[in-house]
Amino acid sequence: MSTLLEVSGVSVSFDGFRAINNLSFRIGVAEMRAVIGPNGAGKTTFMDVVTGKTRPDEGHVLWGEKSQSLLKMSEAKIAQAGVGRKFQKPTVFEDQTVEENLLMALKKPRGWFAVLAYRPSEHDLEHVVELAKEIGLSNALTRKSGELSHGQKQWLEIGMLLAQEPRLLLVDEPAAGMTPAEREQTTAILVEAAKTRAVVVVEHDMEFVRRLNCKVTVLHEGAVLAEGSLDHVTSNQDVIDVYLGR
Amino acid sequence: MQRSFIARNPSVLLFLALLALFTLVVTVLSEGFGVGVISTSFVKTLGKTLCLCLVAVAMDLVWGFTGILSLGHFAFFGIGGYMIGMWLMYERTRLIVVQSLSQAEIPPTPTEVVDAIGNQIFGVVGSSEFPWIWGFADSLFLQLILVVLVPGLLALVFGWLAFRSRVAGVYLSILTQAMTLALALYLFQNDSGLRGNNGLSGLQNLPNVSAPQSVVSLWFFWGSAFALAIGYLLAAWLVSGKFGSVIRGIRDNEARVRFLGYSVEIYKLMIFTLTAMIAGIAGALYYPQAGIINPAEIAPIASIYLAVWVAIGGRGRLYGAVIGAAFVSLLSTWFTGGQAPDIQLGFYTIKWVDWWLVLLGLSFVGVTLFAPKGMGGLVDLWTARRTPNRHGADLGPDAGSLREAEAKQ
Amino acid sequence: MIRLFLAGLAFVLSCMIASAQTATLQPVLQEHGALIAKSSRKTIAPAIDAIATSGVPQAQVFLEQWAGKNIWMRKSDGVFFIGEKVGAKTYALTDIDGDAGFDGVSKSDLKQLKPNSGVRAMIQTALVQFQLSDPDPLKRQDALTSIARDPEAGLLAPLRASIEGETDDILLTQKQRLERLLSIGYDPDTAERVAAIKDMSGDLGVDVRAAVNPLLRTTREVTGTELPQDRNIASILTPGSESLTETAAYELLVAKDLAPPLTTPDTLRAALAANIDQGRVGGIPVAQLDSDEKRGAAYAALAQAGLVSPLVTEADIKTALSKHIFFDAYNEPSSDVTDTAKEALKTIEAKVAANQVLDLTLDALSLASIYFLAAIGLAITFGVMGVINMAHGEFIMMGAYTGYVVQQIILDNTVSIIVAIPLAFAVTFAAGVAMERLVIRWLYSRPLETLLATFGISIALQQLAKNIFGTQARPLTAPGWLDGAWVINDVVSISYIRIAIFVLAFVFLAIFLFIMKRTRLGLETRAVTQNPRMAASMGINPGRVNMLTFGLGSGIAGVAGVAIGLFAKVTSELGNDYIVQSFMTVVVGGVGNIWGTLAGAAMIGFLQKGIEWFNPSNTLAAQTFMIVFIIIFIQFRPRGIIALKGRAAGD
Repeated sequence: MSTLLEVSGVSVSFDGFRAINNLSFRIGVAEMRAVIGPNGAGKTTFMDVVTGKTRPDEGHVLWGEKSQSLLKMSEAKIAQAGVGRKFQKPTVFEDQTVEENLLMALKKPRGWFAVLAYRPSEHDLEHVVELAKEIGLSNALTRKSGELSHGQKQWLEIGMLLAQEPRLLLVDEPAAGMTPAEREQTTAILVEAAKTRAVVVVEHDMEFVRRLNCKVTVLHEGAVLAEGSLDHVTSNQDVIDVYLGR
Repeated sequence: MQRSFIARNPSVLLFLALLALFTLVVTVLSEGFGVGVISTSFVKTLGKTLCLCLVAVAMDLVWGFTGILSLGHFAFFGIGGYMIGMWLMYERTRLIVVQSLSQAEIPPTPTEVVDAIGNQIFGVVGSSEFPWIWGFADSLFLQLILVVLVPGLLALVFGWLAFRSRVAGVYLSILTQAMTLALALYLFQNDSGLRGNNGLSGLQNLPNVSAPQSVVSLWFFWGSAFALAIGYLLAAWLVSGKFGSVIRGIRDNEARVRFLGYSVEIYKLMIFTLTAMIAGIAGALYYPQAGIINPAEIAPIASIYLAVWVAIGGRGRLYGAVIGAAFVSLLSTWFTGGQAPDIQLGFYTIKWVDWWLVLLGLSFVGVTLFAPKGMGGLVDLWTARRTPNRHGADLGPDAGSLREAEAKQ
Repeated sequence: MIRLFLAGLAFVLSCMIASAQTATLQPVLQEHGALIAKSSRKTIAPAIDAIATSGVPQAQVFLEQWAGKNIWMRKSDGVFFIGEKVGAKTYALTDIDGDAGFDGVSKSDLKQLKPNSGVRAMIQTALVQFQLSDPDPLKRQDALTSIARDPEAGLLAPLRASIEGETDDILLTQKQRLERLLSIGYDPDTAERVAAIKDMSGDLGVDVRAAVNPLLRTTREVTGTELPQDRNIASILTPGSESLTETAAYELLVAKDLAPPLTTPDTLRAALAANIDQGRVGGIPVAQLDSDEKRGAAYAALAQAGLVSPLVTEADIKTALSKHIFFDAYNEPSSDVTDTAKEALKTIEAKVAANQVLDLTLDALSLASIYFLAAIGLAITFGVMGVINMAHGEFIMMGAYTGYVVQQIILDNTVSIIVAIPLAFAVTFAAGVAMERLVIRWLYSRPLETLLATFGISIALQQLAKNIFGTQARPLTAPGWLDGAWVINDVVSISYIRIAIFVLAFVFLAIFLFIMKRTRLGLETRAVTQNPRMAASMGINPGRVNMLTFGLGSGIAGVAGVAIGLFAKVTSELGNDYIVQSFMTVVVGGVGNIWGTLAGAAMIGFLQKGIEWFNPSNTLAAQTFMIVFIIIFIQFRPRGIIALKGRAAGD
């Protein structure tokens, strides 16, 4: 399986504190990966580095078949290249309707002139309806997204991610604050998405990770501690010591 | 889902209709073409107010919709005024000079005419040479282009520098304020080439026009109304589509928009530059009606007042900006013009000329605290729009994002 | 005293011996009686000279009394007396040479000498030489001051003579210095002048430059073929060079009548107008004369006809210039003197430049401390709490007005300032707390709204101050001991008020650091700044901490207001002048760090003074350039000089 994203030897420090220490990570074109680790293990910083929010002190982040470096690109350019990110807290545009939120995320030219001239075609609108169905918001298209429940916002954000048609999805704690039923649907959406693209899920909840049924990477103090199936890593003594054992 | 622009924004049509009606009524009541109930000076005041409404619409675009609290848009307004003022002053002086030189025995050479104009215009700052910035002052067409080009370019350069280095929030506000101050201080110098603190004057007299002021004032009134209509339509069109979605997204959560793949900086720069140009046009229509422009007009406080108008009217909605600008500036004219009756308290007489600013300042604090929707909120009482419940949180994490109370629509 | 007197006497005696004159003054006076009686500025000079050089001790007394309009002439014989009024119309006369006087002389028999101001000035100059040796040191001091103000060749000799007997060390130094300065200009011996210039070449005094500079004054001259041998030539000039343009050179020729004047466009037009003949000039219709070519053609035709003098062409100018040599010649004939003077001036200028840099540094430091003082309160409210307070300038103004009001009640300036500082702190502290409680706490995390709301308060407060105190500036007088300046030399000086402000700025820095690092409030403030929720859960009341912090920032603004009011006029717009600079200071320095504010204030202070130094006449331009520079600076360090990094900086 060819590699979509390769992070090698990346280090990030804030005021002397090393948030990421010589981290290496690689994911294939259509692969699901769960990243777990205790608080302060560097999970969010890792995502910041990939999406261009934080510049690492050293290391490489290579992308796609042409092994393009992401380090010199702006956040917007990285997103256009196909990296989608979902934040820990649901962040949707609350002042706008679900439809507007999804339309904004649709994979279309991002330049200001193209956006100005843009009028949604029938096809686009159909696509939006389809997405809404997928995330269970068919009835809420014209509602302002600020009125949605917490779980619905999470889904809307995932829906926006899917609308972006990214090749790599970075999802930060998608199941936080959801009811069991909502979790199940989230799992289904993610598993479905991972069939055609790479998905990285950062999660605390072991049950949720187990249900994703994928390879797991354990981070600790900014570096990879263990990698493999969930059963494999949970039986690793180091992992038990630093994370599960507590 | 595909509906026409007007159908999606019924308020635009209503606004245009009201503006047309207002223009008609003022014309009928004016001295120039109608029954003469409204004095020429009041027509000018109304025309100027329309220009202020236009710059308020620009301010609403940049602040209310994009979340950039610019304290520099009145500087662009002033620059627009200066640009048109240069031509008006040059051309009028040229006519006077040609008139007086034609009395001479020998007809003047072009150089002599230009020198004489220079003497007339710059004598007051102890100079007679034309500075380079007056290079195009003899051409109305070129100066009209400069009305949009100079504010646009200044905004483009300043915005590029500021947005590129991710200066945002209050930092940007302070930086724009500093820019305004620097510009005003520069213009205050006598060797700035724009007559220092004398400014440009006599702008109400159109060269080669023999019509009386009562008629000219109406022309400008119509021009201002037309510009406001066009500006309003443009702004409404901008904010209605996907572009509007994106800039409102930038206002509420800049980082999210960035991770969706939009280059936030380019959008901000585009809006900043466009609104600067609109402000320039508004200024170019305003100052011929005011008759004089000087650097004091550009002082940072003017731009802050602009933000005050938009806030009082209700930001994030275009008609709010228009209502705020019209209401506050007309009220201000009324109070400071000495027309408001004094209040006798027995032991003290409240003179509104002295107390108006205190009232304005405090009511502004009140609006910010208790009615963040501003006067536009009154419209919601009438249309009874839905209210999303955000459990007290703001609409986004950014400094410029709407507050929950503001969004209750 | 006796020694002094003896010394003075010795000098007078030496004068007497030198001039070998009689011991009585009256004969001298009678010799010039007519002139003295007339006392006209134009004719009096010989009479004053004669009296001054008579060598008679009474001459000084006479001159003093003359200048004081106390000299009376007896009409009957023209004898001069010192008169004193004793009755309604009667005067007591004292003999000038100490002989017996007369009592009760009627006014009608006398004529008073009333020298006008011009004559009195001449008398004063003549008196200087006597005063130089006067037993009273104050009088000697006056004499020196008068010489320094108005140096004259004739004063050199008496000055030199008076040095020997001088007993007062300070006066002696002054006399010696003055002697050197006068020698530069007036000593007849060139070698002596050169020596004097060399002696003074390291001196920074303005008076030295005033003495040396005239030596290097030049006159621009032109000569036919050869340079004159008798002139002290400074430089030979080539027309067309930077120091002498061709136009200027030709004008010089015209001025010396060595070349015909150029025809200016004005004279050309006038000549054309004077020669209009049946609607044509030189055959060209008048209506066509609206271009330079046509006018030139018409003028040429007129010249052809001999009606006007021909135009001076470029070639004419070139020939005329090539025929002459242009040069600058020193007014001072001795080249030794001018060379030494040039040399000395160079040394002095280098020294002056070095000292100006020092002076500028002091100025910049003082400006920086003012900005620091104005910005420190803002650094607390903006930096620590993230609250933009546009009314900060008005708190400064409130502090200044508090000082003014206190001075109206307590008249002693020292006491009033001592009272005003804590009172201003209290007043603005209360105002700040009130503002925080009523407005700002509802707008936390909404910085732009805070900005606008506090701006509303700002305009209300400003207008309120205008309504209460009026628009004219109110004085805030500094105590007497802060008057004056610490003068290091003629170039470097700094006023005591500025030193006091400098000290005050450091006191506040210390207080701020103490509060933040050593007190409970500081600890709680830092805790609330970093994590308000965590702080709250540990029993800290964030509301109270915010309130106190805001009050502290506002209170410091009030004290800054008192300090600023001491050197600036107190008006309702006082705050406006400082608010933008204060914001700049905080932003440039880096938010949330007091050392950043210090660095920002230093940078802005030095920058402003530096720009002013390049273009001292234009402070507006200096401010413009400074703001532009800051805007560019922010590009490269968006978070200021001292920036918080990493997660603490937040987003």
